Amino acid sequence: MDIFLQQIINGLTLGSVYAVVALGYTMVYGIIQLINFAHGEVVMIGAMVAFSVITALAGTALPPVLIVLAGVLAAVPVCMLVGYAMERIAYRPLRGAPRLAPLITAIGISIILQHVALLVWSRNPLAFPQIIPLVSFDVGGAIITGVQIAIILTSVLMMVGLTLMVYRTKLGIAMRATSQNPQIAGLMGIDIDRIIAFTFIVGAALGAVAGVMVGTYYGVAHYTMGSLLGLKAFSAAVLGGIGNLAGAMLGGILLGIVEALGAGYIGDLTNNVFGSNYQDVFAFLVLIAVLVFRPSGLLGERVGDRA
Amino acid sequence: MNIFSKPQAKWLGVALVAIALVGLPFALAAAGTAWVRITNLAILFVFLSLGLNIVVGFAGLLDLGYIAFYAVGAYVYALLASPHFNLHLPFWVILPIGALVACLFGVLLGAPTLKLRGDYLAIVTLGFGEIVRIFLNNLSQPVNITNGPQGISRIDPFSFGAFSFSQTETLFGLVFSGPIKYYYLLLALLLLVIVINLRLQHSRIGRAWEAVREDEIAARAMGINTTGIKLLAFAMGASFGGVAGGMFAAIQGFISPESFVLVESVMVLSMVVLGGMGNVWGVVLGAVLLSFVPELLRYTVEPVQKSLFGRTIIEPEVIRMLLFGLALVLMMLYRPAGLLPSAVRKRELAQPKRSAQ
Repeated sequence: MDIFLQQIINGLTLGSVYAVVALGYTMVYGIIQLINFAHGEVVMIGAMVAFSVITALAGTALPPVLIVLAGVLAAVPVCMLVGYAMERIAYRPLRGAPRLAPLITAIGISIILQHVALLVWSRNPLAFPQIIPLVSFDVGGAIITGVQIAIILTSVLMMVGLTLMVYRTKLGIAMRATSQNPQIAGLMGIDIDRIIAFTFIVGAALGAVAGVMVGTYYGVAHYTMGSLLGLKAFSAAVLGGIGNLAGAMLGGILLGIVEALGAGYIGDLTNNVFGSNYQDVFAFLVLIAVLVFRPSGLLGERVGDRA
Repeated sequence: MNIFSKPQAKWLGVALVAIALVGLPFALAAAGTAWVRITNLAILFVFLSLGLNIVVGFAGLLDLGYIAFYAVGAYVYALLASPHFNLHLPFWVILPIGALVACLFGVLLGAPTLKLRGDYLAIVTLGFGEIVRIFLNNLSQPVNITNGPQGISRIDPFSFGAFSFSQTETLFGLVFSGPIKYYYLLLALLLLVIVINLRLQHSRIGRAWEAVREDEIAARAMGINTTGIKLLAFAMGASFGGVAGGMFAAIQGFISPESFVLVESVMVLSMVVLGGMGNVWGVVLGAVLLSFVPELLRYTVEPVQKSLFGRTIIEPEVIRMLLFGLALVLMMLYRPAGLLPSAVRKRELAQPKRSAQ
């Protein structure tokens, strides 16, 4: 089995999930310059809701694809609602307040969401029921599973869809105008509040699907799964250049590959002094390295340094 | 208000508070030694909050990995004063070392990131906190440094020669248990830390921090080395965390990476925010409140639920966290300056900046 190719495939899979989550961060950041700390928790809620539905339907005779689809269809509206509520309650009243204020409410919201999830779904991880038959293909010595293919395809589909929406529709034009200059956009007749709320909702919907994907991939969903995933996705968004859609996609996929290769080779490179249990460190090292050497990210424009 | 304008009355008030604080551990010990321990931990959290307040409140930098410095201090103490490496240095040697090492970490983290916008700093510090925890968890191989998830136990208590802070002694007919002795030590240190903070706030450095927080560009135009002054805030906050960590290790006698998770960072931040960022007394109040209220909840919520429903429906731990989350959100929305706002914050928040972003 070719380890290098295998790690690339694993990295691509995880990377496309990061990319989809990163889109949520980058869209919100692009439009109101806010790091939506609670986005990771939205992803978690998406996974939990979907898992509950999938577990409930697992006993029925429905084909597995339909069951997973039902899970996604349940998760997306719930997450949209959470995203919208979050924006209305915690961020909108603080628009124009000092920068620190919305960051702090974001942390508060993320704690609340996490513990509400704990109350609803308990401390125990939810397991993904064994409904999907294990299909795998041999690609040049490496193995790619059906789930991996589905994740990569779904991500690509969503990225294309989002890009079309942002660059081809009227709503997308309004979003881009708002992100460039909210006041002028307002003068042009754009309802800024609605556009911002809409951005949160779209980001949350993407997050919900990402949650289902990552949950299916690992086979478990847990109320704490959101924070680390969110952090990594944010790192991906920064790597690509925050506020930039293509950047988030590129950053996500790169980060996934770096992480997979890093985890796969760190043992050999360091004579087993460090093992793959350091996998989670790579995202942060990438983040710090990017911020030091190229704060604007790979594709981003110059980032102002005002505090 | 009028009574307190008389200096005699003010001193009387101070004397009353002092007597209350001196007598407190004996009153608490009557309710159970556990309460003395809780009080000691609360004082440690006041330390931590005051340290974080330098970073968040004075300099306006959001640090979400603050507990990492606490961890560094705790592990430095544990490694230098436990059977783990068979080192038993005295505490007055280790605490400064711990402060120094934590300070070094602060500089290492701050130097590359403080040039950037505040929100990047928040994320990087969050990541840093996680990195430190991951390393603490895994640095048991190939050389056993941190002993991994099992943590380090049998850590030496503070001692001066034959006088150990962990033994019980009887003096003038009063029983001084270990926690009570620590209480007095912590109280004395706390006074020192509060004085340092109050003096810092109105010093040249404190005013520079305030200037950087309010308007970095203007501060730079006034000749302040903004990166340097931010780094100083970061390093100082970190060394306070380091000292607090060392004391935590000595008092508990056992530490493990479990004690230094992200939630703890958030907890300390909640204390600062609740009390009032930038106001020393506000932060003290916030830390005391958020240390004791959850403990009170633990003793009330569970029995109440048990008697009402026959079982625990909502664990006190969950209520505690929901409380922290709500405190952060509600405070920012309705009382962004905290329970006891600092004068500057009040002014600043009364007239929000005009940018509509």
